[in-house]
Amino acid sequence: MSPTAGQQVHWAGPWRPYDIVKEFVIALLVVALLTVALAAIFSSPDDKPLTLQRWAQADPSDFVATAVSELDGTSASSGYGAPYDHVAGTGQKLGPISLEHAAGVRIPVDPAQDFVLTPLKAVPNDAALAAALSTYEGAGSSQQSAWATNYGDALSKAPNGDPAQVASGDYGPVPTIVVSLLQLARSGGLDGALISEGRQFYASDYTKPLLFIADGSYFAQLASDQHLAGTQWGMMNETGQYPGQAWLWLYTFWYQIKPFSTSSNADVEVWALMMILTLGLILLPFIPGLRSLPQRLGVHRLIWRDWYRAQDRGAGGRTG
Amino acid sequence: MSLAPSEPSWTGALRERVAGALPPEQLLPDRQPAYVRSWIYVFGVLTLAGLICAIASGAVLALEGAAWWHTSSVGHFVNSLHLWSVELFFFFMVIHLWGKFFMAAWRGKRALTWITGAVAFLGSIGTAFTGYLVQSNFDSQWISTQAKDGINATGAGAWFNVLNAGQMLLWHVVLLPLVISALVAVHIVLVRRRGVVPPFGAEEIPPERRVAP
Repeated sequence: MSPTAGQQVHWAGPWRPYDIVKEFVIALLVVALLTVALAAIFSSPDDKPLTLQRWAQADPSDFVATAVSELDGTSASSGYGAPYDHVAGTGQKLGPISLEHAAGVRIPVDPAQDFVLTPLKAVPNDAALAAALSTYEGAGSSQQSAWATNYGDALSKAPNGDPAQVASGDYGPVPTIVVSLLQLARSGGLDGALISEGRQFYASDYTKPLLFIADGSYFAQLASDQHLAGTQWGMMNETGQYPGQAWLWLYTFWYQIKPFSTSSNADVEVWALMMILTLGLILLPFIPGLRSLPQRLGVHRLIWRDWYRAQDRGAGGRTG
Repeated sequence: MSLAPSEPSWTGALRERVAGALPPEQLLPDRQPAYVRSWIYVFGVLTLAGLICAIASGAVLALEGAAWWHTSSVGHFVNSLHLWSVELFFFFMVIHLWGKFFMAAWRGKRALTWITGAVAFLGSIGTAFTGYLVQSNFDSQWISTQAKDGINATGAGAWFNVLNAGQMLLWHVVLLPLVISALVAVHIVLVRRRGVVPPFGAEEIPPERRVAP
């Protein structure tokens, strides 16, 4: 077959007939059938999401302890820093630079107000709660912190972290506040309140309820039960027995080894390393040494074995 | 039928340029070089088939809305089709990528083919990631709350908020599929334009002495 006018000649022959459209149609049918078969046999996982209501009902001690940590500033959200809040000394660094800080606080979250106080202000017909909120917000920040810290310490010492068994002490209105929040959560009212904050009808941003849920231990325990925790190579896993994300093997691998496993800047360091490796993959054709690796490795002889055998059989052909 | 424009025009110039770069017999050739004779070659088209199945099943999910699959057994099955087509897509793509590596398929002015493929691979990982985030179940909650730390550490989390399900849904359904589809289209056009990479040493053999397998 000779090239037609205008055709890019990248190969002078020999050729073979090849029906790429038929190949495509067959491939599509094969993959579609495989997909249907796999879907029919294995289905897909759908573990119900954790609601604040379910959390408050299943583990009220953890819920209350988390609510207190939002007030005393010891929760993960309270001490997070950018992009949620301004907290000195936070933010991972790559050398001297904190990219996190450079980006700034663009998703403002005030855990004490957003997760605890604001939702409670909307609760009607509760004079005791209204008085507790008024007392709390009327006090100075150091008094608020002292009440919350005292109560948090006492909770941790109470049997099963049960608020009803906390020893007496100087906690101010904090017990009333967090127990009211627990009741609001158990009724189901807190889930909607956190996402809409009384201002939105349509809401699709779950930043606040998710940050609050993630501050608790109950959520992490559920994940650990499903082998999703970081120490369990969880990034590669899926709930139940379903295949996970095997292609994340290299990303999660770095977290398991030093220096990343003991570094406080592990996330940004691993991302930086992965970006370098990613650039290496993309620009492989231009990297001396790496770009000549395939020919040295010789796997191509297996791929093109029919071609090389034919050249060996032919008279005077080079075999590469 | 002449393709030459009747008088100078942008349309005519573009048509001439496109037709010259990729004439129909090269866009849809019915022949390939004789060395295109290995099972590795089917993994590219299998990857494409996986992508089409993923987009098609995703489109059905979009028809009924993001929460449909939680309350409908048909919806759950379509979600399963979407999951498994993506699993197959990645499986075939990884083999395709390794095959192209061992073939050093970037040779002969094919660097851009490699680059578009590599970027499409990475973009697909991002698309799959946002897909996990919009399942609206426990998995979405866990993955988003864990992933946020890594992404926030890079500074990107200030704009790309994995906890914002609405944002992630639009990225997953609109933005990323458009980008991936465009990359895949360019990738395939480049393969047709440059042809399949020859074996090492094949082009050094004089054409009249090459033997078809």
